[in-house]
Amino acid sequence: MLQEASLGVELRTEPFVLNFGPQHPSTHGVFRMRVTLDGEVIMDVEPIFGYLHRGIEKLAEGRTYTQNIPFTDRMDYLASMVNNFAYVLAVEKLAGIEVPERAEYLRVIMAELMRISRLLMSVGFLTNELGAMMTPLLYMYREREKILDFYDMVCGQRLTYNYMRIGGVSHDIPPEFLPAVKKFVREMPGFVDEYDQLLKENEIVLARTKGVGVLPADVAINNSCSGPLLRASGVKWDIRKADPYSVYDRFDFDIPTGTVGDVYDRYRVRIEEMRQSVRILEQAIEQLPPGDICAKVPNLIRPPKGEAYGHIEAPTGELGFYLVSDGSIAPYRFRVRPPELINLTVLREISLGWKVADLIVIFGSIDIALGEVDR
Amino acid sequence: MNAWDYIVDLFANVRADWLEFLYDHGLASSLIVFLDSLIGITLMLMFVFPIVIIFIWLERRFIAWMQLRPGPNRCGPFGLLQPVADAIKVLVKELIMPAKGDKVVHWVAPAVLFFSALMVFAVIPIGKGELGALADLNIGILYIVAIGSLGVFAIFMAGWSSNNKYALLGAMRAVAQLVSYEVPMVLSIVGVVLIAGSLQMSRIVDQQTIPFILLQPLGFLIYFLGAMTELNRSPMDQIEAESELTTGYFTEYSGMKFATFFLAEYVNTLAVAAIVTTLFLGGWKGPFFPVWAWFVVKLFIVFLVILWMRATLIRVRIDQIMAFSWKFLLPMALINLFITGAEVLVWEEWMSGWASFPWPFMFVNWAIAAVLILLWSRLFFKLGGGRVEVGEVWARYSQGYGVNPQAPVP
Repeated sequence: MLQEASLGVELRTEPFVLNFGPQHPSTHGVFRMRVTLDGEVIMDVEPIFGYLHRGIEKLAEGRTYTQNIPFTDRMDYLASMVNNFAYVLAVEKLAGIEVPERAEYLRVIMAELMRISRLLMSVGFLTNELGAMMTPLLYMYREREKILDFYDMVCGQRLTYNYMRIGGVSHDIPPEFLPAVKKFVREMPGFVDEYDQLLKENEIVLARTKGVGVLPADVAINNSCSGPLLRASGVKWDIRKADPYSVYDRFDFDIPTGTVGDVYDRYRVRIEEMRQSVRILEQAIEQLPPGDICAKVPNLIRPPKGEAYGHIEAPTGELGFYLVSDGSIAPYRFRVRPPELINLTVLREISLGWKVADLIVIFGSIDIALGEVDR
Repeated sequence: MNAWDYIVDLFANVRADWLEFLYDHGLASSLIVFLDSLIGITLMLMFVFPIVIIFIWLERRFIAWMQLRPGPNRCGPFGLLQPVADAIKVLVKELIMPAKGDKVVHWVAPAVLFFSALMVFAVIPIGKGELGALADLNIGILYIVAIGSLGVFAIFMAGWSSNNKYALLGAMRAVAQLVSYEVPMVLSIVGVVLIAGSLQMSRIVDQQTIPFILLQPLGFLIYFLGAMTELNRSPMDQIEAESELTTGYFTEYSGMKFATFFLAEYVNTLAVAAIVTTLFLGGWKGPFFPVWAWFVVKLFIVFLVILWMRATLIRVRIDQIMAFSWKFLLPMALINLFITGAEVLVWEEWMSGWASFPWPFMFVNWAIAAVLILLWSRLFFKLGGGRVEVGEVWARYSQGYGVNPQAPVP
């Protein structure tokens, strides 16, 4: 394309439309992209979603506050624990419930383990979309398995946990949990180095990701992007620091940022965030106090009339729940701020002019789970 | 001849017995030649198919081992019967013909690819004499190059007749990619031909008192990379590109038609391994063990290297792979050809009395290969090797493609 322009010769072919998805190996579920192509070059991308729409927001209005927790598990199914966390935070804000300190720490431990697991999946699937034959992904599955085993210990589930409760958490940790997590925290930096060794300076990875799909900081902010996508563009914005919730103000950690905002920076930011999560885990385990794991709350919570917005830093961005109460046992309005859907809105802008192969990589670097995009 | 010797030279002995049998019954000599080639083809298939089946099994187990998973282990000992189970599964599947596809071309394409892959084995020598090539052509290499490039037709036929945009994109990539890789690949073979002084496969093996990889490191590298691309193997599998084009040119194929493509791919891999073995690794030559054993062992070593690359590396983009061919491999191949030609001339004119083999050139060529690769890998991206710098991205924005954040979308 560039060469054509410099030669001054117009070699245009007729554009044609190609449907990526909804059934496609690298659309992360049932996402569809209606792509207009000029040869291999992308002229237009139209994202089409809603294939997994279950109407969670409407369904939630007919159920009690506690009954809604399992719905949140099914949004970003790769980070269920974090979704629980954001929702119970919003309800606690609405009802004015104080959470015991031990529960806060347990929540942070679970959320950070979840973040590591989710970021492993992001990076793993990104390498898959770059064309690796599953190898890096399966190495990352090895660590994710360990994290899922921890959750299995605590709440008996491996994918949809339903662990957090309004006012605390559902189960206390078993005695074998902490030694296992300590071992994991000790080993994890080594494993992160291992992935980095494979990918960081690999010439093909550099050639495929450097400078590809650049998202300038102003565009990212204008599109309300958040999470690693925003931080890779050089904006130091993390809800854990900007508006500390739970006990995050007691931990010492950094916010990794990129400089350019290309696919490579997003990959680097995700890898660094894993290291920071390990740091938070170390401190949280050390400071974990004894005590109750759940506040005394009635079975049927009737928050006073009003509204509340609880938001947290999910692995993919700012996940928020906006709840309106009319004083009954069910929320009057249940609205989610889905980070992945909002991040997805920049897809068209950053993938125009690139090749088909790059579109897949850029899409993978935005990192969505369709459960949350469609809800 | 005892039983063990008979088994060791099984193929050759069966053929000899068969010919003896025909002569005893007084058949016309032209008919005997015909029947002889028929048994030759059968024996060739008997050699190719078991190895292909082991290849399929080995690929799955080896990559599984690299990826921390067990791999197929349910069918038979160590999952050895997995290819058989796969074959049975694939045979009973429905053959789907896409609507508005070109039916004849769609059916013919797998057969063309399969036979173009299989025909290469006609000139590959597994040993001396009776174990030699089925047809030891005096233009053996030329034949391999010619037959090898037939596969592009089959791939394009499959992509075109499928009436599917993924398949068409894959086929277009295939044509661009395979045609451009043919050039450095052939040029790298010429180096071997110059040293051996013959196009005949058996002569080339005879000439290798030591394997030619020691004399032609650069030629080996170029041929191997080019051949990897011809095989559509990761990291050069843009033609299939699972994460982009689902499976590329054979997206619309199912059942036995798909299996034929699948088999052809492995036969092609085997063919490339055989060619690499014959041209660069000394063919069937080796001490102690029977010649066919050496040949098979070398085949498997080449195959494992291919698998290793497949399990480790990620895919390069189509423009990068084209740039790699034209800006990296082609100049390298030309330099290699020039140096080899000069060396052959020097050896034959002035130095032939020194030794039976051009030892000094071995060190010279390795040094040249190392220096060239280092130099070119520094230079490659400056020449536009496909890596995009960020400044260039902004330049691209201003050209109308893509979005300038400050300007409305065209």
